[in-house]
Amino acid sequence: MEWFNALLAGNRIFTPNTIGFYWEGLVTTTQLVFLSLLVGLVLALPLAILRGSKHKWIKLPIYAFTYVFRGTPLLIQLYIIYYGVVFFDGIQETFLWPMLREAFYPALIAFTLNTAAYTTEIFHGAIKSTARGEIEAARAYGMSPGLTMRRIILPSAFRRALPAYGNEVIFMLHASAIASVVTLMDLTGAARFVYARYYAPFEAFLFAAAVYLCLTFAILFFFRYLEKRLLAHLRPQSG
Amino acid sequence: MKKLLTVSILGLAIAAGSAQARDYDHVRFGVDVPYEPMEYRTPEGELTGFDIDLGNALCAEIGITCEWIEQEWDGIIPGLLSRNYDAIMSSMTINDERRETVLFSDPYITPPSAWFAPADSSLDETTKDTLDGKTIGVQRGTLQDNYVTDMYGDVASISRYSTADDMVLDMQAQRLDIVFLDFPVGKSTLLDSESRDYKVVGETITEPKEYFGDGFGIAFRQRDEALAERFNEALATLQEDGTYDEIFERYFGEE
Amino acid sequence: MLDLHGYGPRLLEGAGVTIQLAVLSLILAIVLGLLTASAKMSRNWLLHKVATLYTTVIRGVPDLVLMMLLFFGGQMGLNVLTDMLYDRYGVDWYVNLNAFAAGVLTIGFIFGAYMGETFRGAFMAVDHGQIEAGKAYGMSPWLVFRRIRFPLMMRHALPGLSNNWMVLLKTTALVSVIGLTDMVRVAAEASRATHEPFTFLLPVAAIYLLIASVSEWLFARLQKRYNVGFGEH
Repeated sequence: MEWFNALLAGNRIFTPNTIGFYWEGLVTTTQLVFLSLLVGLVLALPLAILRGSKHKWIKLPIYAFTYVFRGTPLLIQLYIIYYGVVFFDGIQETFLWPMLREAFYPALIAFTLNTAAYTTEIFHGAIKSTARGEIEAARAYGMSPGLTMRRIILPSAFRRALPAYGNEVIFMLHASAIASVVTLMDLTGAARFVYARYYAPFEAFLFAAAVYLCLTFAILFFFRYLEKRLLAHLRPQSG
Repeated sequence: MKKLLTVSILGLAIAAGSAQARDYDHVRFGVDVPYEPMEYRTPEGELTGFDIDLGNALCAEIGITCEWIEQEWDGIIPGLLSRNYDAIMSSMTINDERRETVLFSDPYITPPSAWFAPADSSLDETTKDTLDGKTIGVQRGTLQDNYVTDMYGDVASISRYSTADDMVLDMQAQRLDIVFLDFPVGKSTLLDSESRDYKVVGETITEPKEYFGDGFGIAFRQRDEALAERFNEALATLQEDGTYDEIFERYFGEE
Repeated sequence: MLDLHGYGPRLLEGAGVTIQLAVLSLILAIVLGLLTASAKMSRNWLLHKVATLYTTVIRGVPDLVLMMLLFFGGQMGLNVLTDMLYDRYGVDWYVNLNAFAAGVLTIGFIFGAYMGETFRGAFMAVDHGQIEAGKAYGMSPWLVFRRIRFPLMMRHALPGLSNNWMVLLKTTALVSVIGLTDMVRVAAEASRATHEPFTFLLPVAAIYLLIASVSEWLFARLQKRYNVGFGEH
């Protein structure tokens, strides 16, 4: 701890106090992004499958959902949910309020719906581009449509979707910066606080930018590794 | 469309030129609106408030013209330094932290800060124990933010807002247990509002000086000492001839 | 009928700001993108390194953080410079970035990095034989670029370009956070004042959808045009 204090000595901005703010911000950002990606993924899987349905009444509502959430800024979605929930009469008396009153949950809802919309389209594209031959082979083996979906289409689509999904994860990390607009003290929120208190834009925002950059690289390398493992069979075989 | 584009490209062009001579005949004030009753807009859109009226009276006394430029609190000091305007008259408390960056006039009003909570709230004092686990609202980068962060940061959760308006909205939505504000602002936006009942919790606060400073001052760029001096003289004149009292009466009359 | 409580005209003005901001940033981003792509493909290692650093760093940091850094920090940086000029040489000159200009510069700068990647990929995809053919006809390098490389490159770049534009359009909403009065800011302000968030935020969302749909249609037509001669069957 002593070396740490020595490192910070003679510096008016990066006190143990502000470093603490950044640390808490990092934790909040990570929780928010991880949870919304997780729930978004769980929602997106069935939606992506149903999106390819032949029934208009199943296909169209899902398309409308993804079209609206992908076509409008996340900031507006966040505002609508954060300010909007308050105006349902009596919401303050329901069991949901202890959660909704915190900025964290409205933000989580907005981010989850947003990433679910993008992920649905990514998986839908991947499912659609499954090679016909693979499906026909499964049929020839007498597999039911459900089994074909589970055993053949989904595993191969998942692999094909991986690079695009990696981009979506990075996109969500970056998009989460707007959480500070509704008072959440995420990484960007910590930077804004430090900036407003010390009028030091370079120090405050460059530090946050560096942390985001590291997180982005970590995600990038993780997905590179996954692709290498899961897509190994697609690489040209060497003699 | 072509015309629109030309206009916007012109607007894009960086405004460069030589600054006004050192002795100003026109002063631009940066102000963060709304902060009722200090600075706010009437429903018709007209800018008004204690700061606005006093600022205009000061300019008239000095014999210069002035205009008001809106700027959010977050960027109000950087905006002064970048010469987007020449002075800040926006309920800015004089304190040492800010003195490092800007030059202040003499204080022109010294309002206290105060805690506000819903009238039915069980909070009746603001010790660390009673605020443990509560959600406190403040405006980001204000002295109230600094004070609350240092005093209660380890026990309470603090929500920081860009504008006082956002904060009042979340207070009405019951997202906040208590807010810490300049007293006149809390009085006019919360105590006098019709939607719900609010109360002041505990005494109004002016100490320690380290946080609460010496009242509100007009901020200038460090090198504009001559300009600050002219405003100080004008302020003294207005306080003597009764103009100041008249404006004060207009906004803080009932007490 | 929709009652906008008198905010209608300001909302329209805000929509104008959003559109101008988006279009001007797009133009700047395309110019920067073309420069970056050429720098990345150049044999000069310094140019290559600078361009790579630019695209990597910009694409690794959230737009909002970059925006705040450039918006708040850029002005302060300029001040240090002009104050030094004044103190040292008595030159009383100042540069004053207005919020709109700062918004265009920042968004253009951010999306220049994305455009750079798009254009680089597209240039690489151009069939080299066609360029050789141009040279064999005795075309100057500029003529080769204008008549052969650029049109062929555009065919490959359009899908990426269209995608970048859609993201850029939505990114303009962030300027409302740093103080520019676009339509999102007007809508947020109005919803606070009137306590009717849906009345203002939903129409603004609809305007974004409308712009996105119109652009989608435009890009599809452009794509058709640049596909001429490639028999899309």
